[in-house]
Amino acid sequence: MISFDNVSKQYKNTSSPALDSINLEIEQGDFVFLVGASGSGKSSLLRLLLKEETATTGVLTVDGVNVAKLRNRKVPAFRRTMGIVFQDFRLLPGKTVFDNVAFGMEVIGKPKSEIARKVPALLELVGLEEKSHRLPSELSGGEQQRVAMARAFVNQPKLLLADEPTGNLDPATSVGIMKLLDRINRIGTTVIMATHDVAIVDQMRKRIVQMEDGKIVRDQERGMYGHTGQ
Amino acid sequence: MRFSFVRREVGNGIRRNFTMTVALIVAVAVSLSLVGAALLMRAQVDRMKGYWYDKIEVSIFLCGNTSVAFTCTGAITDEQRANVEAVLGSLAPTVQEIFYESSEDAYGKFQEQFAGSAILANISPDALPESFRVKLDDPANFEKVASALQSVQGVESIQDQRQLLDRFFQILKGLQSFAIAVAIAMLFVTVLLVMNTIRVSAFARRRETSIMRSVGASNISIRLPFILEATVAAVIGSTLATAGILAAKYWVIDARLAPNLTFIPFITWAQVLAIVPVLFLVGVGITVFAASITLRRYLRG
Repeated sequence: MISFDNVSKQYKNTSSPALDSINLEIEQGDFVFLVGASGSGKSSLLRLLLKEETATTGVLTVDGVNVAKLRNRKVPAFRRTMGIVFQDFRLLPGKTVFDNVAFGMEVIGKPKSEIARKVPALLELVGLEEKSHRLPSELSGGEQQRVAMARAFVNQPKLLLADEPTGNLDPATSVGIMKLLDRINRIGTTVIMATHDVAIVDQMRKRIVQMEDGKIVRDQERGMYGHTGQ
Repeated sequence: MRFSFVRREVGNGIRRNFTMTVALIVAVAVSLSLVGAALLMRAQVDRMKGYWYDKIEVSIFLCGNTSVAFTCTGAITDEQRANVEAVLGSLAPTVQEIFYESSEDAYGKFQEQFAGSAILANISPDALPESFRVKLDDPANFEKVASALQSVQGVESIQDQRQLLDRFFQILKGLQSFAIAVAIAMLFVTVLLVMNTIRVSAFARRRETSIMRSVGASNISIRLPFILEATVAAVIGSTLATAGILAAKYWVIDARLAPNLTFIPFITWAQVLAIVPVLFLVGVGITVFAASITLRRYLRG
């Protein structure tokens, strides 16, 4: 589904590349942890997938599409095939839970009837159907991240990108979020999650791609954070 | 993208950015008023030119007893007068009409003009020269007439009324250039203000726009609320400028100037109304232009 073929990314005015000859294959339905220190290239990799940046050299294909050659006006349609959640949730503070999720559908022109039907279903998926009229400030961090995940799911994407989704959450809450991600993964969604969270990575026993200075230094099935061997 | 959604976003943007929006409205209103004033001034000058150039004449003053010009040897003789008239007649079609005005005729007009003034007592008919008044096909052809007559015996001097008018028109033209310069400066300020307003607005809504981008909203639906926000301000500003100009026509020109300055033809309502669409086009045009440029910079796709 996703293929990085010798992809490098060099930002302007920097000496060393953010991504250095990345080769990576991710299949539909995979669950991948992207681990590594800050500045190791995790975020750059996600940005390339979102086409917020374009690779300097190499070819990145998503679903058979060469992302670098994607025309500007096709980028929005491309992004609708993926969902993204962030460490800081990025909810709109003035809108209720329902409206935050609905916002993600309104801006892409979905009709009101579809919004009215789909938002409750999404809130049910993340377990927040009871709190649809609350404001984000009235929710716990974990609940806020669930709202963000419901919003990321409005287009029923085949790919979910999560940039440190548990970075602002306590361990117990994080487990809940990981269960939700696992559930989303089990219905066939590819999940790529950048994280620092050792406990979670070790617990889940999923594929681990470890990065260092823009290079992939480990790509291991059912890996653990600190262990490189068997 | 739904209409109600865009309308709500625009409303939110304006509310959140209220002071900047008000500043923008005022800037658009002031700069467009100046643009309108400059345009109206040009229309006014054109109209006066058309009206007065049609009326102006060339006066050929003939020698009297006290004339000192080298073409004069005392008062003009009948023979010289007939010669001058013949020269004028030969200048057709440049010269279209020839009127003769005797000293008595000139005195009569003078009496009319200065009725009740003490100056009348000091002027006798002899002091006013007799003259030919000549109407040209085009006032610009004055030089032709002047060169044909300036050395003819019996002609004391030739006066082009257009010169008197042109001095007046030059003053108006100076005022007009000044208005245009100020208008351009104000339009520039408006552009900067639009850019700043959009930038502040984009910054205040960076979370919304980042969400919109990440769920795959099209560029146009991300940018349209910002552009419409600036457009609403521009339309309000243009409306204020239009109201100001219509008010100036109604209360200043029609009610005050026209009744008192009956010899000046003032611009008509049709001319005033013709510039209204120009104002809206300029106001909305530069606003949308400035907004689009700014969005390109601050809202990357």
